[in-house]
Amino acid sequence: MSNKNSPNISPQHAEYLRKVKRRKRTILVTQITLLALFFALWEIAARIGVVDPFISSQPSRIIDTISNLYSDGNLFNHIAITCVETILGFVLGTLIGILVAIILWCSEFLEKVMEPYLVVLNSLPKIALGPIFIVWIGAGSLAIVVIAMTISVVVTILEVLNGFLGVDNDKIKLVKTFGANRIQILTKVVLPASLPIMVNALKVSVGLSWVGVVVGEFLVSKAGLGYLIVYGGQVFQLDLVMASVIILSVAAFLMYKMVALIEKLVVKRN
Amino acid sequence: MVGGVKMNYVVEVCNLGMKYHSLNGEIDALKNINFSVSEGEFISIVGPSGCGKSTLLSLIAGLIVPTSGEVFVEGKPVTETSEKVGYMLQKDHLFEWRTIYQNVILGPEIRRTLTADTKEYALKLLDTYGLLEFKDKYPSQLSGGMRQRAALIRTLVARPEILLLDEAFSALDYQTRLAVTEDIYSIIKKENKTAILVTHDISEGISMADRVIVLTKRPATIKKIHEISLSCEKRTPMCSREAAEFREYFNKIWKELDVYV
Repeated sequence: MSNKNSPNISPQHAEYLRKVKRRKRTILVTQITLLALFFALWEIAARIGVVDPFISSQPSRIIDTISNLYSDGNLFNHIAITCVETILGFVLGTLIGILVAIILWCSEFLEKVMEPYLVVLNSLPKIALGPIFIVWIGAGSLAIVVIAMTISVVVTILEVLNGFLGVDNDKIKLVKTFGANRIQILTKVVLPASLPIMVNALKVSVGLSWVGVVVGEFLVSKAGLGYLIVYGGQVFQLDLVMASVIILSVAAFLMYKMVALIEKLVVKRN
Repeated sequence: MVGGVKMNYVVEVCNLGMKYHSLNGEIDALKNINFSVSEGEFISIVGPSGCGKSTLLSLIAGLIVPTSGEVFVEGKPVTETSEKVGYMLQKDHLFEWRTIYQNVILGPEIRRTLTADTKEYALKLLDTYGLLEFKDKYPSQLSGGMRQRAALIRTLVARPEILLLDEAFSALDYQTRLAVTEDIYSIIKKENKTAILVTHDISEGISMADRVIVLTKRPATIKKIHEISLSCEKRTPMCSREAAEFREYFNKIWKELDVYV
């Protein structure tokens, strides 16, 4: 541990550290080059007519589209709407999922009763429920959030409950010897021991929430990245579709990284 | 002995029996167990694996309710867990998300008896047993022996009269185990606690105990109780192993355990 900062590391070790660093850099450079190469080839292929930019779009036109959206003042509006819906979806999904998991952990009877229902809900493509929510809630952002939440909530329940039930029985026995009641077992052992699993569930939820939001926007919305994609497709404006997909990828990537960062902060000790 | 004056015994086990029920039928774990433990005594319980040794400890700790018979701790029948009884499990089970200090005060924290006095006592114990400088470290930063010692301190902070050691050393590798046994034994003696150790290791059982209780196969009954008297200057687990009588006890108990492969 102290090795890393000590001033007198052996030349062999310094060499080793350099090697590790160099390799890391090489990987990053290759990743970036690959991406740049992909876009460059795409652009060239469109320009010399190998692919038809009307169908495949091309990077320069995508950039134009994005800057047009930006000068219209709509770009960040669309991004914000989709991101907020997604965040609401996975945060609510995770919180409700954990809450339900806690309730099911508290009552083994209830857990056994609910088991088949959860299995069915888990295997059901939740998107199928989209139209139902829209009819019930109305065609708007709320319905989209509910769809996103529904997708992540079931997985969260199953994951987290599994984590709760997987907590070492001897750890529970230990606090029982100190006279712990059911609630203390939950707060002193089960919840802290399952923290890594809960944060991991959050990570899974993020991805699922994006699916829910984009599909929800396909179905009902008047704004957002999913809306831009489906609108672009309907008016055969592939530039708009491609631009939205790229923005979506970047946003999804950043959000995943953010959750991963939270995970790192929270799960330091486990 | 049975039915005598209860005051002299810290633990009394009377006609204890335990049955487990499962869909495959009924399992007789313990049958007709009788023994008593005096204050400051160290008892080892050895028996074939799966014979119900741990069940016996769980019953004394009040974690489970016996099918028949009764357990008395300081003359009072055991109906639930009490602070008089401290339990040590096979692994240290220190919580990785708590510092050593937070780990050792777990008992009082759960019993809601965490006073300034208790905190001070916890720090004193950590100090006496050389863990004070690690109090803000996390368990993963400690060695196996230190972790086991922290686990013992966690048990001692609740000020139990009796310590129940459930295979408390068997998760350690052999060398560490010998050292930890020595360490824990001296702490228990120094704190003048009564202890009941359950183990499958005959040598370990003899080396620490004043008496060794040998259990039979399931349903476990008491086969024999050996008074251990060894001719060594200072009774520590290490020295005990060198005493001349050690082998005799070992051979006798080994035969009584009746192990066939």
